[in-house]
Amino acid sequence: MEVKYKLTFKGWNNSLKKNKLLGLKCRDCGKFTCPPKMTCQECGSINLEVVEMSGEGKIVTYTVSYVPGEGRYVEAPILIVMVELDEGPWIMGNLTDIDPNRASIESLIGKRVKLGPHSKVYPGDAYSTGEEAQGGEARPTFIFA
Amino acid sequence: MALRKVAIVGVGHTPFTFGGEKTSVELFSEAAMEAINNSNLKPKDIQALYCGNCLGDFSEGQGMVQSYCADDIGIAGIPATRFEGACASATMAIRDAFIWVASGFYDIVLAGGVETASKMGTPLATRTFAMFTDSHYEYPSGLTFPGAFAMLAHLYSAKYGISFERLRRQMSLVSVQSHHYGMYNHLGQLHKEITVEDVEKSFMVTSPLTLYDCCPFSDGAAMVVLASEEKAKKLTDKPVYIIGVGQSSSGKYSAQYKYLPRLRARELSVQQAYDMADIKPEDVDLVELHDCFSIASIIAVESLGFADFGHGGELWEKGETKIGGKIPINISGGLKSKGHPIGATGASQVCDIVKQMKYEVEPQRQAEEVKIGLTDTLGGDGVLAHLVLQRGW
Repeated sequence: MEVKYKLTFKGWNNSLKKNKLLGLKCRDCGKFTCPPKMTCQECGSINLEVVEMSGEGKIVTYTVSYVPGEGRYVEAPILIVMVELDEGPWIMGNLTDIDPNRASIESLIGKRVKLGPHSKVYPGDAYSTGEEAQGGEARPTFIFA
Repeated sequence: MALRKVAIVGVGHTPFTFGGEKTSVELFSEAAMEAINNSNLKPKDIQALYCGNCLGDFSEGQGMVQSYCADDIGIAGIPATRFEGACASATMAIRDAFIWVASGFYDIVLAGGVETASKMGTPLATRTFAMFTDSHYEYPSGLTFPGAFAMLAHLYSAKYGISFERLRRQMSLVSVQSHHYGMYNHLGQLHKEITVEDVEKSFMVTSPLTLYDCCPFSDGAAMVVLASEEKAKKLTDKPVYIIGVGQSSSGKYSAQYKYLPRLRARELSVQQAYDMADIKPEDVDLVELHDCFSIASIIAVESLGFADFGHGGELWEKGETKIGGKIPINISGGLKSKGHPIGATGASQVCDIVKQMKYEVEPQRQAEEVKIGLTDTLGGDGVLAHLVLQRGW
């Protein structure tokens, strides 16, 4: 039996560029997987449906990167956050409405966030030339809720 | 299936350097010939080569380096296999070499790794090290490899309710100790004592990790010769047996959410190794663990069973990680001071424990009677591998 990928990176990425965060809901256990995979990250089922995630949650950790990879120095400092979505999964993204130099455990961890109006897009480099990355790779871009 | 006993009969280790002039093949060959000579063997006795190498494609434009390595020491024709598991590559290579010798398929195998990461310079090295995180879903956010551990540091502080000031000092103590022992390792990269203040005042790489929380980029090679027990007894009166091995994998960082800041793959892998060796953490006399970042050491000791969760840093506060302490850790200087040529690091860890067992390290960092040693090697956010070594005399 042929098994098709329910939500590919290309589909997820194109949707996120329009500021819609897609994920997978398991028809067997009812739980969510985001970013997407072939299988439910909770029970391993492939009986999944594509759903739009709320895009809301709370910051569980962060870092401010002052030494990014080649080609990304113009972006530094980059405030990277890990967000626990209300549906359960964690997802990595950026937080845009605080000066990265003022980020602290107290000002960020545990704070409610939601997807902002525009998802930032990484234009890519020599190592991201595939069709799935054309037009750049989006990341969840949060603001305080 | 009954496995044969397998011993390490010789080790070889180049100096670890920044911006060295030698190629990967040249570094490999120096480490390999030293290991082969120390085993009282000739290259023609080697039946297979298992070689860790991660980024040779980027640092030298050289893929498939393992075949040229074999040829360089005069044994083109043997099966040569490259292992890529980010910074855990060499431990994976040694583990697989162990399995093939233990199974009876080979009697004598050369295993280890080589890397010339410093040649890339910081921007490209940072870019390529970030390839050991998820390239599609996490790199676009700006993630770097130190960034992954920086996020674990903040999470650790929040999750265990330990004040950041205290965790900050614990992290500094980890780096201070590594630099102290690294002073005496003549094969190490950095030879400089540092203070807690030096760590905290050095420039911020990715908050909260400063320069001195992070290991350097390095070039170097380390190799070991593995032999069946029967062969080993003919070659040396000081065989070091591999009595336990473990390896585990994990998904992208966010997918590990149920366990972070614990790395579940480490717990699975080390348990395999402990079970196979039939030992407990308290039986271990010396550990070389994967201190790519200061916080990484604190997180590691907990999953290895040397401290309760949330209390790892207390080992350094109390000096329990020094020679003579409860569990001596990274007496080589660790990745932080000795250096971290990523494809070679696991083999370097093994080399140092073997030399400690034989009383062959510099006197200033010679540990007391090491009967059982443990290596812990982490690759990216997706590989953990462990080896338990036992003195055979």
